Amino acid sequence: MNLKELNDIAQKVRKKNEGFKKKVCVCCGAGCLSSGSEPVLKGLQQAVKDKGLENEIEVIPSGCMGPCNQGPLVKVLPDQTIYQKVLEPQVTAIVERHLSKQEVVTEMLIFSDSREVSADTSQDPFFKKQFKIVLQNCGNINPESINDYISVDGYRALDKALRLMSSEEVIAEIKHSRLRGRGGAGFPTGLKWETVYKYVASEKYVICNGDEGDPGAFMDRSVLEGDPHRVLEGMAIAGYAIGAQKGFAYIRGEYPLAIKRFDQAIKQARKLGLLGKNIMGTEFSFDVEIRIGAGAFVCGEETALIASIEGKRGTPRPRPPFPAESGLWGKPTLINNVETFANIAPIILRGGEWYSEIGTPKSAGTKVFALAGKIQYSGLIEVPMGMSLREIIFDIGGGVPGGKKFKAAQTGGPSGGCIPEEYLDTKVDYESLVSLGSIMGSGGLIIMDETSDMVDVARFFMEFCMDESCGKCVPCRVGTKQMYDLLSKICFGKAREYDLKLLEELAVYVKETSLCGLGMSAPNPLLSTLRYFRKEYVEHLKGTPASQIPSLPVS
Amino acid sequence: MIAVKDKAKTFDLPKDDPRTKLLMSTLKREGTRPDALIQVLHTAQTLYGYLPMNVIRYITQSLRLPPSRVFGVVTFYHFFSLKQKGEHNCLVCTGTACYVKGAEKILEEINKAYALKAGEVTADNNLGLQTARCIGACGLAPAMVIDDNIVAKVKSEEVTGIIRSRIGEAK
Repeated sequence: MNLKELNDIAQKVRKKNEGFKKKVCVCCGAGCLSSGSEPVLKGLQQAVKDKGLENEIEVIPSGCMGPCNQGPLVKVLPDQTIYQKVLEPQVTAIVERHLSKQEVVTEMLIFSDSREVSADTSQDPFFKKQFKIVLQNCGNINPESINDYISVDGYRALDKALRLMSSEEVIAEIKHSRLRGRGGAGFPTGLKWETVYKYVASEKYVICNGDEGDPGAFMDRSVLEGDPHRVLEGMAIAGYAIGAQKGFAYIRGEYPLAIKRFDQAIKQARKLGLLGKNIMGTEFSFDVEIRIGAGAFVCGEETALIASIEGKRGTPRPRPPFPAESGLWGKPTLINNVETFANIAPIILRGGEWYSEIGTPKSAGTKVFALAGKIQYSGLIEVPMGMSLREIIFDIGGGVPGGKKFKAAQTGGPSGGCIPEEYLDTKVDYESLVSLGSIMGSGGLIIMDETSDMVDVARFFMEFCMDESCGKCVPCRVGTKQMYDLLSKICFGKAREYDLKLLEELAVYVKETSLCGLGMSAPNPLLSTLRYFRKEYVEHLKGTPASQIPSLPVS
Repeated sequence: MIAVKDKAKTFDLPKDDPRTKLLMSTLKREGTRPDALIQVLHTAQTLYGYLPMNVIRYITQSLRLPPSRVFGVVTFYHFFSLKQKGEHNCLVCTGTACYVKGAEKILEEINKAYALKAGEVTADNNLGLQTARCIGACGLAPAMVIDDNIVAKVKSEEVTGIIRSRIGEAK
């Protein structure tokens, strides 16, 4: 494979696409599949054939389009018209009216049951306010076809890096882009790459962290399902930059479709010589293997993840040495999140300068969020850093449904915190969220309305951390249990003032003395709800139990 | 519990079981690399539905690992189960989005109808109940999975009806 062959494939696909008047994408992400998009895809393909339109209209399965709640979704290109809740009976309407007669089926347009929308649904606030880099191809190409990916400039960044850039230049470009780790902590990606690059070793490894353990986050899943080649290309470029020949993608066992699609992508890339020995005729060799996670939240922590790839219990170890120096099998290892890798190809192609101008001065680029909970339009969105929470929740997400009042936005999962209404105008970036007592996290954004009891929310997350604590260090193992018991006592209206004082003291100890990120951040939901919703704690101290007595079992 | 006392005695799985063959071929492919353990356990669990003690013993022996190490890994990860699951299985997501939207009510309903708690199986072995930390279907909360099919936006009053329509009766 060389640039010419890459161009040939791209041209062939584009020429084929030009032959079609319309392209119909049927969302086949896990969300829409569960709403029943597979029979819709087959139905559409058959109906188009029956009408004799198969030479004019192409029907393909695609990745996630965003508003999962409205699924199954069908998008007609180039019209940019998205139809919602399309089931088999609705297929005929799309074929008979839109595809045959150019007549938009207004009653099936996305969001049409709750607001006015035009036929060009990309003008709807849900889509218009977004800025897509990572999700650029999601929902527009067939994720199971490498040719489709190549036709949208796929693997061109890898070609550019291998042919025209040295390792140092690739790293310099990433540094210049000011991209920061999208897994949550926000460590500068270029700096991490440079550190691993500088260590001399016979072998180095690239690891893609796809162990999206935060409950309420599904960005990585959607990217892996909707555009797996983008992640693969990012990993290969990283391998070239740091001098690694082997990569591992650690994907959650709970995501069978993501595993299947990524595995398929690896095989396709190998076949075309985009992975394997002497990629694109250069000296560079790189291959990727999948490792399937087995359901442990702590494995999102890098040293625990490495232990898990080595086939051991996923327990973290003290750092230093950092994985950059001594990681997988003691070799220098680069670990980045799925979304970070998905950002690499566009940065190499369009330059770090372009990327650094998006977002805020300290946090460049865009961030993918998973909107869920008590929100009108839940789903997957990508916005530039620095957009306010209010815009994200009310303009894009449509606010809280059912006439209820907004109460809090929870970011960062069990490691994050709850942000109340008065801070909704905060511009979202790594620093601003930390100053509010939360964290960016991997991008889960759960909206809670007035019916949520914040003490019980804190208890929910504490139960999670208690159960997921690996048990290696005492502060986390014992501390989370004690905090959980105290929170339960408060929830059931059986606590006294002394208990709250003890809880606050304990939270600080656990935060300061735990071994890894899980323990260090476990008190965050508690501390942030105490900070903003203390009134509710005090209310329970008077003997009022939580409105809904929680009964979530400890599994 | 699974320590092999007599080291000279090797442990075999029934040869006429087709699953044995599949497991053996995975073990052969992965070789004796100790880091293959989790991948092998994944395969075994897919084949048997859970990890029976004799299968764990067999893997221990093939990978030449101490039994404590294998048992340690099996019990560490939520995905691996030492208990047999039901004929049909219902997995209720208890992630944040599902929690906010009432996952506990779903569990309550199931408990009411089948007297089941997470991790248990009905007496006739027809229905098993599990919970998951998050299945990543947050946009469709609350969600549950019945025999690998995601059921989206579950209403608590409809839970038993949905289960009955998919798996029939269970006691």
